[in-house]
Amino acid sequence: MSVLTSGEFWAFVGVVAGIYTILTLGLQIEFGYAGLLNFGHVAFMAIGSYTMAILVVKSGWSMWLAAPAAVVASAAAGVVLGLATLRLRADYFAIVTIALSEIVRYVATNEDRLTGGSQGTINLAGAEEASDYNSQWQRFQDWFQGALHLGSKDVAMLLLVWAVALVLTALVALSIRTPWGRVLRAIREDEDAARSLGKNVFAYKLQALALGSALAGVAGLFYAWQFAFFSPADFAPLLTFFAWMILILGGVGRAWAVPVGALVFGVIFAGTRFFEFAPFTWFDSAERAYLRLMVIGLVLIGLILFRPQGLLGKREELVLE
Amino acid sequence: MFLQLLANGLVTGAVYAIAAVGVSLVYGILRIVHFAYGDLMTFGAFVAVTFDTTLGLGMIVATAAAMVAASALSVGLDFALWRPLRARRANFMSLFLASIGLALVLRQAIFLAWGPQPRAFDVDPFKVYTIGSVRLSGAQVIAIVVAVVAIVLVGLLLSFTTLGRTMRAVADDRSLAAVAGIDTGRVVLATWVLSGALAAIAGVLAGLVQSTFDPNFGFTLLLPVFAAVVLGGIGNPYGALAGGFLLGIVTELSTWEGFGGGVDPVYKPVVAFAVLIVVLLARPQGILGRARLV
Repeated sequence: MSVLTSGEFWAFVGVVAGIYTILTLGLQIEFGYAGLLNFGHVAFMAIGSYTMAILVVKSGWSMWLAAPAAVVASAAAGVVLGLATLRLRADYFAIVTIALSEIVRYVATNEDRLTGGSQGTINLAGAEEASDYNSQWQRFQDWFQGALHLGSKDVAMLLLVWAVALVLTALVALSIRTPWGRVLRAIREDEDAARSLGKNVFAYKLQALALGSALAGVAGLFYAWQFAFFSPADFAPLLTFFAWMILILGGVGRAWAVPVGALVFGVIFAGTRFFEFAPFTWFDSAERAYLRLMVIGLVLIGLILFRPQGLLGKREELVLE
Repeated sequence: MFLQLLANGLVTGAVYAIAAVGVSLVYGILRIVHFAYGDLMTFGAFVAVTFDTTLGLGMIVATAAAMVAASALSVGLDFALWRPLRARRANFMSLFLASIGLALVLRQAIFLAWGPQPRAFDVDPFKVYTIGSVRLSGAQVIAIVVAVVAIVLVGLLLSFTTLGRTMRAVADDRSLAAVAGIDTGRVVLATWVLSGALAAIAGVLAGLVQSTFDPNFGFTLLLPVFAAVVLGGIGNPYGALAGGFLLGIVTELSTWEGFGGGVDPVYKPVVAFAVLIVVLLARPQGILGRARLV
């Protein structure tokens, strides 16, 4: 039980929740605002992480240039996805986006020369040379920790992730009040009506996908920085489903619901490690890992059955029913 | 080599086709994109492996038991989950997300019940049938025979029985079918029974063909199966059959050397998805789908 009271552990949970917040903000724009069922969201996170790491290790870029380039790459990938698939009906679109995200993962797993293959970024510069894309970020984190006299590196990371996450949340929240945001919402409510008013529905959806994918790319950057190592297995479809669950948990269509959903999800996911009472004590630790995912699935089902608007969503503005 | 790959493609395609018909029926009649279907296939395979190896009752009894178990589970889930969601008029999106949650729960339950170690059916792995230049394992032959029988039976059921006709009528236009006096509740029940049984057959055959399988294997099959369903036009069971075989054959043939050197076999799933995307770009409603649905 000692881990439960450790600040380090909760700082870690907080960092992950911050990364999930940024990832899910992308879905909030795509689905909450524009009504697009993107089930391949994790692919754009992978593209962000990998672009940054590859540019730093293989092309010798400064991390500070590689990071924005990675976000641009994610957004561009979103545009490519949109150009190919936005004309499809919603159910076809959902399935095709999962398929595309699996293609990205298969390519990352099997193109060893580009990505390091299934061994992940440790293998990025080839087998002989240990590769490291993270030293510049580590230096920045150290500087940040020193400048603010913070107790630990974890707290420094926590502040950095959440500063970015909250600024981005505010921007997403403001964007829905702009004319652009209103058009997006109109498209979600009634595409034909928006079109009849002369709005270019396709262009708006494409912009939503580009922005959502860029946000996933930012999440990918922080993921790469936090763990200093990643592999294709980190970008399995499960992560997309986690982001969807956070979206539903918080509330569809409300930007500020995303950080709340991410925190609640983080606490559920981390907290289920500490079920030290029956019936959980009947299982060993490997079995408890299955139970935790089972709880996540049950919470998702329960939400859809009993509170489809999420914790903070408005029932009137709900697209789930 | 080409003929061998074609034969392998038929085997893979048979598994995809059977599962795709199940997914397609569920979508057509219940409007659920059944994300837990892959895990239902896994469930069928594990029930069967228990009857086959642990209880030693042989493959036929094992498959029958798996079909009953998967059908019963599907019907049970209809009462526990899908019926309440229908009563709340849940839309496509909610149903999709609920099935994702269900997939997580089901897969973890299988992990808990059977453990993570790979399983295999009790068939002789060295028995090989040779037809001309084509060599097929015993498991592959069983898969082809069972698949053909299952597909013919399902085809007959859908085309010529009252139940099949009413199922297709409900898939086509639910309210029109209800107005015409079709008992939609019975059709829903029949859909779950049939799709559950098909999931079990597909799971058992996939397990036979792969020789070993673990609790994750159904999920890895799910996306190619979805691709087959989409290829054929969502909700059209005949299209799903065609899509399944097409996808199985194309993915296996893509590794043929005469085909520009062939694709690296690790990219077989990518080929399946690429076929899906190319077909959808050309024909957004699928091969046999109707344009008005798009």
